[in-house]
Amino acid sequence: MSIRIDKEKCIGCGRCIEACPGNLLKKDQNGKAFILHMRDCWGCTSCLKECKSSAIRFFLGADIGGRGSALSVDIVGDRYLWQVTDSAGKVRSIEVNKKEANKY
Amino acid sequence: MNMLLETKRLETDVLIIGGGTAGCFAAYTLGRKSDKKILIAEKSNIKRSGCLAAGVNAINAYIVEGKTPQDYVDYARNDAEGIVREDLLLTMSRRLNHVTEVMEGLGLVILKDENGKYVTRGNRNIKINGENIKPILAEAASSQTNVTILNHVNITDYLLEDGCVRGAVGFDVNRPVFYEIHAEAVIVATGGAAGLYRPNNPGFSRHKMWYPPFNTGAGYAMGILAGAEMTTFEMRFIALRCKDTIAPTGTIAQGVAAKQINSRGEVYEKKYGLTTSQRVYGTVMENRMGNGPCYLKTDTISKEQELDLYKAYLNMAPSQTLKWLEAEKGPSKENVEIEGTEPYIVGGHTASGYWVDEERQTTIHGLFAAGDVAGGCPQKYVTGALAEGEIAAEGVLRYLNQKEKQCSGQRNVQEKVDSTEKKREYERFLSQAPSFLDIEQIEEAMQKIMDQYAGGISTDYQYNEAKLQKADENILLLQEKLKELSARDVDDLLRIYEIRERLIVCRVVIAHLLARKETRWHSFGEKYGLSGEKQ
Ligand SMILES: Cc1cc2nc3c(=O)[nH]c(=O)nc-3n(C[C@H](O)[C@H](O)[C@H](O)COP(=O)(O)OP(=O)(O)OC[C@H]3O[C@@H](n4cnc5c(N)ncnc54)[C@H](O)[C@@H]3O)c2cc1C
Ligand code: SF4
Ligand code: SF4
Repeated sequence: MSIRIDKEKCIGCGRCIEACPGNLLKKDQNGKAFILHMRDCWGCTSCLKECKSSAIRFFLGADIGGRGSALSVDIVGDRYLWQVTDSAGKVRSIEVNKKEANKY
Repeated sequence: MNMLLETKRLETDVLIIGGGTAGCFAAYTLGRKSDKKILIAEKSNIKRSGCLAAGVNAINAYIVEGKTPQDYVDYARNDAEGIVREDLLLTMSRRLNHVTEVMEGLGLVILKDENGKYVTRGNRNIKINGENIKPILAEAASSQTNVTILNHVNITDYLLEDGCVRGAVGFDVNRPVFYEIHAEAVIVATGGAAGLYRPNNPGFSRHKMWYPPFNTGAGYAMGILAGAEMTTFEMRFIALRCKDTIAPTGTIAQGVAAKQINSRGEVYEKKYGLTTSQRVYGTVMENRMGNGPCYLKTDTISKEQELDLYKAYLNMAPSQTLKWLEAEKGPSKENVEIEGTEPYIVGGHTASGYWVDEERQTTIHGLFAAGDVAGGCPQKYVTGALAEGEIAAEGVLRYLNQKEKQCSGQRNVQEKVDSTEKKREYERFLSQAPSFLDIEQIEEAMQKIMDQYAGGISTDYQYNEAKLQKADENILLLQEKLKELSARDVDDLLRIYEIRERLIVCRVVIAHLLARKETRWHSFGEKYGLSGEKQ
C-alpha cells in the first residue's frame, strides 16, 4: 500500500511534505512532490487530505489484496468526498460529514 | 563525503519530546496554567503525527454513567492478570471524563442522545467523529502563546548533568542542523515502539501495520541509555485486526455485535476467554488446530449498517473501506477475516514503559513520561494519554517550583551526557564510507531474529529461554554492526537512529521476557508448553 502523486496536478505547494507523519515525501528538482520511500507509507491518508489540487491517490499493494483501484478525497467545508476509482475507470463515492459522529 | 552539521542551541523552561496525543495535551495544559516557556520537539509535524494521524474511531476509555474510576481500574487490572500499578490507573481514570469534556470544548464531535448525554458503546466507550482529533489537539497546543513548536526535529538522547535531565539533542530531518536544547524539565511523550518484529505484511506493504511505524521507541531507548528504570516490556501488545489492512476490529465487534467464528462457523471466543490477550490466543489456537481462517461474523448485517461501517473506517482506517469496495465484497456479503499482529511495545495498551511515580516523574529527576511511553498503566487509549499529559504537566510545574532539587546519587542514572559527543556521533555516520551492510539489511535481520527467536508471528508468539538467549546474542551483534553504517544525508541518519532505538528496545524486551518465568498472558508473553501456569 502506498500513494502516487500526479506530477501534472501537483503545484508544489509542499503541504503534503509538511504533514506526512513519516517524513516520506520530498520535492524533486522541478519543485514537485514525490514519495522517497514507497514501501514506508503507513496509509494514514494525511497527504491526500492536505492536497488542495487532488494530486494524490492512495492504493493497496497486491500483497494485501490491492487490485488496481485508487482512493482519493476532496474536502469541501465539513464534507469529505471519498472516491474509489477502479482500473476500468468505474467510480464509487462515499460522503462523510465531519460534524457527524460514527454510528459505531 | 564529509558532512558537518550546523549547531542550533535553544533554551526553554520545559521541553516536550514528541507532539502526539500526550505531548500536545501537556503543552496545552502548561500553556493554560503557567507562563513558563514550553517547546515541543516533534520528528514530523504535530498536525498529523503519531497514533492519531488517520483519526480514531471512538473514545475507548470513559467512565459511563453508573460506573466509577475504580471500576475502570478493576477492569484494567483483570485484563492484565494483575500486572499493573493501581495508583497510576486510578489517577488516570479519575480524569478520563474531564479530558473528554475538554476535547469536546476544543471541537471534537461526540455523539449525544436527545437528552444531551453522550451515547455509549458498551461499558467504557463513547462514539465520536475522530477523523480530525489530531489537528484539533495540534491547534490547541500551538495556539498557546508560550508554546513553541519545533517540527521535523528528531530527538535521540537526553542531556544529563549530575544525574538530572537538562534537555536533549537531535537533528533536523531535512537539513544538516544539529539541535541542542537546554531545559529545566523534560516530558517525554514519544509513544511506543513498532517495527521490532517481522510484520504481518513483510513485502511491499511492510508499513501497513496497526501501530505507527514511525514510533520507533525513541523515548524508551533514550531512557534506557540514560539509566532510567523501565517496567513490564515482557507484556507485549498483539492486536487482533482485520487481515491484510490491520484495521481495528472493535468497530465491527462492538458496533454490529459481530462474534469471532472459525471456518466451521463455530463461535470460539467464549472458549478461550475475553481478555485482550485471550482473544488473540483463541484465534492462534483455532488456526493451529486446523480450524482457520477465523472471522468476525458480519454476513448478516444490513446494507445500511454496511454503509455506516464504510464511513466509520474512512474516519480512521481508510484502507479497509478501499479493500471492501475494490473487492466488491462488503462485510454484509463476506465475513471479515481476522489475524493477530506482530508484537508491539506500547504502554497505552499493555504496561510497558518508564517506571513513574503518581505525578509521572521517572526515576531520572526532572524527566516526566506520559502516554504510550509510560509504563504500569495499561488501557490508556486516547483519553488516558491526554490524562497523563495533564498529570505530567502539573507535576512539572510543582517540580519547577521546588527550591532545591536533589539530583545526583540516583541508582543507575548516568552522571553526565553532553552535546559535543553526540554531535560527533551523528557526523561520524555522515562521514564514514559505506560498508556492505546497509540500513535495510539491519532492519530485516532484526525483525527476523525477533520473529524466530523472541516469539513473533511465525512461532505463534511462543519462545523459550534458549531461543531468547540466541535472540540476545544476535541483536547484540547487530548493535555492533550498526556503528559501521553510513548516512548519505540526514534522511539516512533518521533511519539509522530509528533502528538504533529499536535494537535497544529489542534487548530490553528479551531481558524482560527472560525474567518472567511463568506464562502470565497467552500470546503476549507465552513460553512453549507452559500454557496457563501461573506462579
Ligand atoms: C491506528 C490506531 C488507532 C487507535 N484507535 C483508538 C481509538 O479509536 N480510541 C482510543 O481511545 N484509542 C485509540 N488508539 C490508541 C491511542 O491513539 C494511543 O494510545 C494514544 O494516542 C497514544 O498517545 P501518545 O502521545 O503516547 O503517542 P502518539 O500520539 O503516537 O505520539 C507520539 C509522538 O512522538 C513523536 N516522536 C516519536 N519519536 C520521536 C523522536 N525521536 N523525536 C521527536 N518526536 C518523536 C511522534 O511523531 C508522535 O507525534 C489507537 C491507536 C492507533 C495506533
Ligand atoms: S498516506 Fe500517510 S504515511 Fe503515506 S505518504 Fe501519505 S501522509 Fe505519508
Ligand atoms: S499537497 Fe498536492 S499540490 Fe501540494 S506539493 Fe503535495 S501533491 Fe503537490
